[in-house]
Amino acid sequence: MQMIRCPWCGPREEVEFHYGGQAHVPYPAEPAALSDEEWAHYVFFRDNTRGAFAERWSHSAGCRRWFNALRDTVSYRFLAVYRPGDPRPVLDQTPTAGASS
Amino acid sequence: MADAAPSTTPSTGPSSSGLLPRTHPLDVRPDLTEQTAGAVVAKPLTTAVQVRAELPGPAADAAARVLGVALPARPGTWVATPAGGRVVWLGPDEWLVLDPTTTPWDLEPRLREALAPAGGAAVDVSAQRVVLELSGPLARDLLAAGCAVDTHPSVFPAGRAAQTLLAQAGVVLLALSDDGRHYELLVRSSFARYLADWLVDAATEHRARRA
Repeated sequence: MQMIRCPWCGPREEVEFHYGGQAHVPYPAEPAALSDEEWAHYVFFRDNTRGAFAERWSHSAGCRRWFNALRDTVSYRFLAVYRPGDPRPVLDQTPTAGASS
Repeated sequence: MADAAPSTTPSTGPSSSGLLPRTHPLDVRPDLTEQTAGAVVAKPLTTAVQVRAELPGPAADAAARVLGVALPARPGTWVATPAGGRVVWLGPDEWLVLDPTTTPWDLEPRLREALAPAGGAAVDVSAQRVVLELSGPLARDLLAAGCAVDTHPSVFPAGRAAQTLLAQAGVVLLALSDDGRHYELLVRSSFARYLADWLVDAATEHRARRA
């Protein structure tokens, strides 16, 4: 089973975690000014990245904290985990390197 | 069976309730220790208070003054209180205070009055969890049958704690000794019978060997 590293608890089995979708989706600065279509884009539309993808995860069976992770969507490898509020880490490697297409 | 105690008096079964006048969920498993080859003992019901505070901060300081020990800042640890209880790290702003020597109606108001003005919170959760004590040479074997956390004393010595899954049930695991032979397992009351049954099942091979 894949181990995911919680920023607080350390490596744990993936069944302890829940996926929370794309990270760093900013709340609209002026919500009242948005059209229905713009709301729909904010609420439903997400990137579908091939390679490194910043996601929200919750350690739901452990400390129950949310954190962000950079995951390679090709290899499912976790490239980095970081706490909420921290900036997205910059990777010094090609994310999909070594992953078979 | 043990649930034959009269309804007007606290239960008096082997795993009975201590200071809390309530029926222990595992009174229906009086043979738990025997069935787990002596490895598992259901502890009396324990006063438990959940503390929320910012650390560092005035609320954490207030909690430390009431408890006599600082809230542990390191994830996955617990510390003993001078009163004979434990403070378990549950999250970066969340702790569980266990104290078998007092009652919820004593501890919760004391903590709340200290914490609330400083922006913290304290809530009685004594009914939430049951404490099981795992000890002896089988303790780690039983845990390993359903829990992925590495409990080897080199990485999980006394003072370590882990919130994790044991046989799909959410538990808090506390290491009490450095020799890997003494743990406490906190399980939600509604899962206690299930987990007790699972532990009995996990101990089958050891029971047979001992017989």
